[in-house]
Amino acid sequence: MIAPHILLLLCLAIPLVGFGWCWLFRNSPNMRDGGVFALALLLALAVISIFRAFNGGAEFDLVLVQFQPGLSLALNAEPLGIVFALVASTLWIATHVYGVGYMRGNNEKKQASFFSCFAFAIFATMGIAFSANLLTLFLFYELLTISTYPLVAHKETEEAQKGARVYLGILMGTSIVLFLPGVVWVYATAGTLDFVQGGILGPNVKPAFVGILLALFAFGVGKAAVMPFHRWLPAAMVAPTPVSALLHAVAVVKAGVFTILKLDVYIFGTDVLTKTGASQWLVWVAGGSIIIASLIAMSQDNLKRRLAYSTVSQLSYITLGVALANSLGVLGGGLHIVTHAFGKITLFMCAGAIYVATHKTEISQMRGLGRQMPITFTAFGIGALSIIGLPPLAGAWSKWELLLASASAGQWFAIAVLMISSLLNVAYLLPIVVRGFMPAPAGETLDDTVSGSGSGSRWAQVREAPVLCYLPPALTAFGCIVLFFYAGDIIGFMSPIVTESGR
Amino acid sequence: MLEGIVQNAPLLAIMLPLIAAPVAVLFGNKSVAFYISGATLVLSFALCVYMALLVSDGSILSYHIGGWAPPIGIEYRIDAANAMVMIIVSAMGALVLPYARASIEKEISPGHHTMFYACYMLCFTGLMGVAATGDAFNVFVFLEISSLSTYVLVAMGARQDKRALSAAYDYLILGTVGATFFVIGLGFLYIATGTLNMVDLADKLANSPDNKTIRAGFALIVIGMGLKLALFPLHRWLPGAYSYAPSAVSAFLASTATKVALYVVIRFTFSVYDASSGFERTTLEYIILPLAITAMFTASAVAIFQMNVKKLLAYSSVSQIGYMLLGLTYLNQTGVAASFIHMFNHAMTKGALFMAVGMVVWRTGSALLPSFAGIGRTMPWTAAAIVVAGLSLIGVPATAGFVSKWVLMAGAFERGWWPVSFAIVGSSVLAVIYVWRLVEVMYFQEPKATTKDPVREAPLAMLVPTWILILAIVWFGIAANAPVELARIAADGLLAGGFDNGQTVILGIPGR
Repeated sequence: MIAPHILLLLCLAIPLVGFGWCWLFRNSPNMRDGGVFALALLLALAVISIFRAFNGGAEFDLVLVQFQPGLSLALNAEPLGIVFALVASTLWIATHVYGVGYMRGNNEKKQASFFSCFAFAIFATMGIAFSANLLTLFLFYELLTISTYPLVAHKETEEAQKGARVYLGILMGTSIVLFLPGVVWVYATAGTLDFVQGGILGPNVKPAFVGILLALFAFGVGKAAVMPFHRWLPAAMVAPTPVSALLHAVAVVKAGVFTILKLDVYIFGTDVLTKTGASQWLVWVAGGSIIIASLIAMSQDNLKRRLAYSTVSQLSYITLGVALANSLGVLGGGLHIVTHAFGKITLFMCAGAIYVATHKTEISQMRGLGRQMPITFTAFGIGALSIIGLPPLAGAWSKWELLLASASAGQWFAIAVLMISSLLNVAYLLPIVVRGFMPAPAGETLDDTVSGSGSGSRWAQVREAPVLCYLPPALTAFGCIVLFFYAGDIIGFMSPIVTESGR
Repeated sequence: MLEGIVQNAPLLAIMLPLIAAPVAVLFGNKSVAFYISGATLVLSFALCVYMALLVSDGSILSYHIGGWAPPIGIEYRIDAANAMVMIIVSAMGALVLPYARASIEKEISPGHHTMFYACYMLCFTGLMGVAATGDAFNVFVFLEISSLSTYVLVAMGARQDKRALSAAYDYLILGTVGATFFVIGLGFLYIATGTLNMVDLADKLANSPDNKTIRAGFALIVIGMGLKLALFPLHRWLPGAYSYAPSAVSAFLASTATKVALYVVIRFTFSVYDASSGFERTTLEYIILPLAITAMFTASAVAIFQMNVKKLLAYSSVSQIGYMLLGLTYLNQTGVAASFIHMFNHAMTKGALFMAVGMVVWRTGSALLPSFAGIGRTMPWTAAAIVVAGLSLIGVPATAGFVSKWVLMAGAFERGWWPVSFAIVGSSVLAVIYVWRLVEVMYFQEPKATTKDPVREAPLAMLVPTWILILAIVWFGIAANAPVELARIAADGLLAGGFDNGQTVILGIPGR
């Protein structure tokens, strides 16, 4: 049995080794990708060991650098972080396999720098998941922004450069202008930044102050993509699809909502939010984000952009859970991090598989593709249904929890938002699948860009993407089904974060 | 022997470089000059670290020159505040020198190399002396030593770009005006008190009724030094001097000269005068504070539109000086400490940036933005250095710049000035823009096809000192305790007022 704090260090060290490994073996692709695959497995193993040790009652506290009392770089493990780390690390395995297939299938250039930045982004994600205080979290939050910037700009085209500029501008701008002052303000008020169950602001905090601070964080954590600071997410879609899949459906965006959840539980304290009513306004903002982003998603023809707007809307589910300021909302939000991760990564990987096989990006061109690529489109269908929230798929539970939370908070607006949003999900996700299984338009030919086919090739020649591209989404789609049956366990695992404070 | 060195540390740290300058010229060989300079700089740095350790318990070192006791004799008086400044100057001096050796090969005609080392050592001596001395007039003397040699150093850039001459001339005129103001201010003080020793001055000023001579003296000192430190509307000499000087000189000046001038302002405001009330306080809150914030925004905004990267960095320096001044105006421990921490961190950051940019100039022959195209591929280590130092300039966590920004903001909240905090972060966003303009050119644009030698990585002699600074930036961005602690001790000493806290340790032979 490895000592608990060594496990924490391992979680940071393994992706960092991956970063160096990719650089070291930048000229031997098989060695590079195989090594990172092994490291991804190791990382998942380490996180699972943390999970088991945590259940065994292990203490994790690990102070790296102590600046002043209450101000340190420190790591710790708590249920929310463990769940987030589990999701990110297991999905890294799938995405890495997928990424190898995608990058090779597309003959992308600069693969070594791609995979090394990817590993660094995972390092930052692990750091966020296991931060013991807000300062550490902020450090890794910014590292995540910087390490994903080269990934977004990977194609080095004019468009990629513009997208990356929006990406960095919004994420770094919000974090510097709003998030950082919020952090310093908390420190100036509370004298500490440690995550403590029930909050650190003290009992006599003024409601107006809580409201302002919450606004600084809700908008300052730009990765949570609360409108109007959501534009970076569609802009980031110029990145290669594996990046969109793991980072912009799981790691980066979930780091944002995870931060908001952590702030709610460990900095503000859910009780404080309930008592002061300071989060009321956020219900409306998050609700608005959900509906507006869904409406925009419906109007997008580019598949990845549609999925991006869908992510914006789904992220606000979690923000909404925080805004409801009760324990059900927090748990529902935490569960939604998991279920949405599996659903959305499936959708993105399918979108990438379609691109590898046919080089098609627009939904209107995808008619009939499902017949040639049944596995891809079935996986897409399962992912879509999970996002919509139909049983027996994982997404059903998190939506259910959030509905319960809204009802117990007496927020009829939130209930209405969730219902309407589900309908909108159906409207913008299912047509893609249905269109895919429709008969192919007669007599049309594929573009010449399709790999391995000359001009005039028929639709029938379209095949599934390479196995490395369609197997991972199939697995994550299967994960959506499995998670349906284990959702209760995840809730049970996370529930100490809301019960110990006496609720 | 060792005892003798240690006992005379304050004197040796300054006099060795002063002696090295003429010795280097006498030998007349550039290699000999380099090694003599290098040895004295390293020794000087070691002595500064030793003195910093001595004062880190809050005591003050006093050294009586020539066995004459103050206030008659000249005294070197070192507490945590000067120790920190002296560490900055000596560390940067020692790091820039090996870089300079490679860089001046191309930038300065071979006949001037020994002279370069001599001027460099004189400039170094001057800056160190200003920081070490406890005698107000001695400040002026050392200031002139450093200024005069700086004018020559800047003018040496003329081989690359003739505009260096007019830049040096600008600097000469404005610098002299500044020095004149300063010395007139000292004259007023002398008239009012009859002494020039800082401890004695502080004593006499505290016991004398407020009068216009004393106030006028303060105004002249602040304005004179304001010119030297490039306080916002008085910064006009700086962009030219930094952009047209040889790269090594830009790197050394940008990281030390303005900081030393700022130190003088701090020393006079807090230790000689009394900043806690009266017109000194009014000056800080109603004149320095608005000017600092204006500098933070205006200079950053101007930096965004520069095509010359060295000029971009120069304007960024003007805005960063705004941060350093801002901390002082809080008049609390965190704020004053923030000023010192930012001096330390910004010296590393701007030094590294000027050195990295200098390497690009060395290879491509131009500091204009287009010549940076594609160096992400052709000069990967240089480009990476620019990125890391740029992140520190923005204030991204895990770099030194973040630490100073954090402390500066924490001080503002402590003071209850939360809008100031937002001004700080607002100006950082401008830094994001000008840094990223550079990053995009480096990584997204194709390298220029030249008929001359292809652009490749700079020589190790330049790369290694730069990367030592880059590693220091990251190191002090994470393990920030040492500079923060020293800065807090310095701040405590300054805020206590006066220059004598009863813990004076006399080094060497006490004067009679």
